Amino acid sequence: MEATTTKAVRSVSGITVRLAGDSGDGMQLLGTQLTNTSALAGNDVATFPDFPAEIRAPRGTRAGVSGFQVQFASEEIFTPGDVLDALVVMNPAAMVTNLGDLRKGGILIANEDGFNEKEFKLAKVESNPLEANVIEETYRLIKVPMTQLTRDAVSEFGLGVKIADRCKNFFAMGLVYWLFGRSLDPTLRFIRDKFGKKPEVASANEAALRAGWAYGETTEAFGESYQVDAAELTPGTYRNIMGNQALAWGLITASQLSEKDLFYGTYPITPASDILHELTKYKNFGVRTFQAEDEIAAVCSTIGAAFGGGMAVTASSGPGIALKAEAMGLGMILELPMLIINVQRGGPSTGLPTKTEQSDLLQAMFGRNGESPIPVLAPRSPGDCFDVAIEAWKIATECMVPVMILSDGYIANGSEPWKIPTFEGLPKIAVRHPEGTDPEEPFLPYARDEYLARPWAIPGTPGLMHRVGGLEKEDGTGNVSYDPANHQHMTNTRAAKVAKIAERIPTQEVFGEESGDLLLVSWGGTYGACHTAVKRARDAGHAVSHIHLRHLNPMPSNVGELLRGFKKVAVAELNQGQLRMLLRSQYLVDCKGINKVQGKPFTVSELTDAINDLLA
Amino acid sequence: MTLPVLTASDFASDQDVRWCPGCGDYSILAQMKKVLPDLGVPREKTVFISGIGCSSRFPYYMNTYGMHSIHGRAPAFATGLKSTRPDLMVWVITGDGDALSIGGNHFIHVLRRNLDINIVLFNNRIYGLTKGQYSPTSVEGQVTKSTPMGSIDHPLQPLSVALAAEATFVARSIDAHVKHLGETLKRAAEHQGTSLVEVYQNCNVFNDGAMAYAQEKKQRAENVIELEHGKPLVFANGTKGIRLVGTHLEVVNTSDVPMDDLLIHNESDPNPSIQMMLARMSYPTMPEPIGVLRAVSDIPTYDDQINQQVETAKQKKGTGDLNRLFNGGDTWTVK
Repeated sequence: MEATTTKAVRSVSGITVRLAGDSGDGMQLLGTQLTNTSALAGNDVATFPDFPAEIRAPRGTRAGVSGFQVQFASEEIFTPGDVLDALVVMNPAAMVTNLGDLRKGGILIANEDGFNEKEFKLAKVESNPLEANVIEETYRLIKVPMTQLTRDAVSEFGLGVKIADRCKNFFAMGLVYWLFGRSLDPTLRFIRDKFGKKPEVASANEAALRAGWAYGETTEAFGESYQVDAAELTPGTYRNIMGNQALAWGLITASQLSEKDLFYGTYPITPASDILHELTKYKNFGVRTFQAEDEIAAVCSTIGAAFGGGMAVTASSGPGIALKAEAMGLGMILELPMLIINVQRGGPSTGLPTKTEQSDLLQAMFGRNGESPIPVLAPRSPGDCFDVAIEAWKIATECMVPVMILSDGYIANGSEPWKIPTFEGLPKIAVRHPEGTDPEEPFLPYARDEYLARPWAIPGTPGLMHRVGGLEKEDGTGNVSYDPANHQHMTNTRAAKVAKIAERIPTQEVFGEESGDLLLVSWGGTYGACHTAVKRARDAGHAVSHIHLRHLNPMPSNVGELLRGFKKVAVAELNQGQLRMLLRSQYLVDCKGINKVQGKPFTVSELTDAINDLLA
Repeated sequence: MTLPVLTASDFASDQDVRWCPGCGDYSILAQMKKVLPDLGVPREKTVFISGIGCSSRFPYYMNTYGMHSIHGRAPAFATGLKSTRPDLMVWVITGDGDALSIGGNHFIHVLRRNLDINIVLFNNRIYGLTKGQYSPTSVEGQVTKSTPMGSIDHPLQPLSVALAAEATFVARSIDAHVKHLGETLKRAAEHQGTSLVEVYQNCNVFNDGAMAYAQEKKQRAENVIELEHGKPLVFANGTKGIRLVGTHLEVVNTSDVPMDDLLIHNESDPNPSIQMMLARMSYPTMPEPIGVLRAVSDIPTYDDQINQQVETAKQKKGTGDLNRLFNGGDTWTVK
């Protein structure tokens, strides 16, 4: 039965909330549930999970704090929000590391039981931070003895204290659900599915969830709750989707659209591993996943599958992509179709495995020996990963070339509502393999079609036996050739093949006018923040436009013209200026940089400040 | 339907062979071309994949499908190909540097997975294509361009490595012993699972005669023992044999001991312990075994299992339906 509050309800357009606790406190689960529930309520949602690289960093320490931020709104939103309307903290470490993002007057809910001498020591705080006068004066502090209340709520199920305490994230969830008028039903369904085999745990979690809700309803600390109405999204059926999930589903869809079985050769690495976990569930779609012995074997197996005529895909993150470089060059000179996915993270070297960054753009462009251009595409949001996977495979097969997809940790783990397509409504990807016809006619494995692509002749085809390899090939025959003029010709042809893609991709869309005072250029996962910042600048009356590049190599044919239409061009990216370098060198247009490498996405206010500085 | 009868020349590509005159590689190429017609696999269903090195030019000389890939990684390419195209007969051509140095990782992992491919490892105990540096199988003390005072590396024994990696088929042959080489390649092709054939191959430019004790006909009888399944281990024209004493092998004169005392070769023994002892016999203290050391059948192959899982999933869940996948779980409708 749906519970309804008897207290006052205040309607607001959107809420940004962050849930923060120890790595083992179940904050990611809480956040995911709140997101799904909000999406089901018809809100637009955007999320930002933020967790440490260590699986279990020392308990109670600042290093071990795991957070999940979600914005849900009754209007279209593009980011998980800059400042928090509400912050839930389970211990002192979570409080001191996150409080700075809570707006003045915002709601601070603290698990009072998590604040004791032992925890102060672990969090390296001198005294109880909840008792500082400034807290009560600045925020709406609500202290809740969650651990004790949870124990009381689940006592009838006879669980040990340790297991009972694990239910406290569901208590916190119930309280948050009450505060924001969320339905308990989706999470009750989740609990039954997830813990069905342990009925006493399922019942305890359910009791904790309901107790949290009831606490909100009865305690005097909360005078009112908040309501966020459904957003006006384009009509259709929606679901919530995460970036890596959307990428995996896009790959399966591309395989079906091209009537090819999917082969996915990979090696576990954060934040790309979830693509493997997702794909391996779908063997009944003809998906074959291969967890290789290393990154190099992963990409090489992919080339082997491509040679055999399969839809071949590998994925990694920056350090793994570095290891794959030599093989990517081979794939490029063999001219075989395949996808290489880089879910970028903070670098260099091992860098910041669980944090986001966009610093592998130049690696994607140039990180192979010799002249080896390959197409590069970047999705702009979690749901967009689906579309980019399909488009990348279309380009790969049309041009017989490996294609790089640059995702990032922010969109890989983030989620948003996704309008569900119908498979039948998606255009097919036509793939041809030549048949051996005239035995007298010698087969030319490196003959060219109108796209400069060579034929994809696959083993098993009589009469088309041929050898491919990493040595330079003679035009047409593909035989080994050291001829100087041939090498020049083949190098030019491989480059022209990639450059010609610009003739077939859509011209660059512009948000705003095609001329003005400032053009903001961005790519990849920063779309939401950049779009929102430009929208605000335009609402404030500034002549600012925005272009967000999906195609990074080649770029759409009108990009140069667009850049020249503005008094100033600024490139916002989570690196030290990599797209800016490309734009300057390709179009000889001066570009300013808006750059950040802190392992975190841009906030809208950072971009707004940068835009205002440039306009001043 | 009867298959067209092919001959060795049907397997020759139109490319000129560019190995040094006198190289042992020529003999291996000739035996391969001779064996392939007997296997009954059409040329278009045959694929040769190689890494980098002298031996790795091999695919260019075969009129089949082929890939000259990157250094040490041929087994990984073969894994992707064979997993998705189990209908193909896939050969990996590699060398001692390619398979055991830069490609050591892929070598052991393809063996443990038991992918149904055939690996021919040309072992000349030297880096040839880079002009004469020592390799992982060069003997200790060997003076080469990169070891002027002699190599201080302990050499790897490819067959021991393979056995330790749970290989299901392990064999050795010699470039100059053409009949034996042809038969061994055929056995490898017929095995279900990863077959490894180490071939002693003479590099007459940078390491000439390094394995003359085994390659030269006159010396071979004394220094090489030809293994035959179910037969006692004898060599030196029947005058010497191998006996198992406790946990080691020893050479005996057949005139001194009864035939029943000699070790009987069992290539199909699932326990690789004695096969490992054979693999470790090395010149000059012991004769070196050639032939099939290990051939165990009925071990599932990787390619068979990866495809079987797909079939099982289809049977259990039904062939994948994307619309059902997209709409599974929680959804909502905006009107």
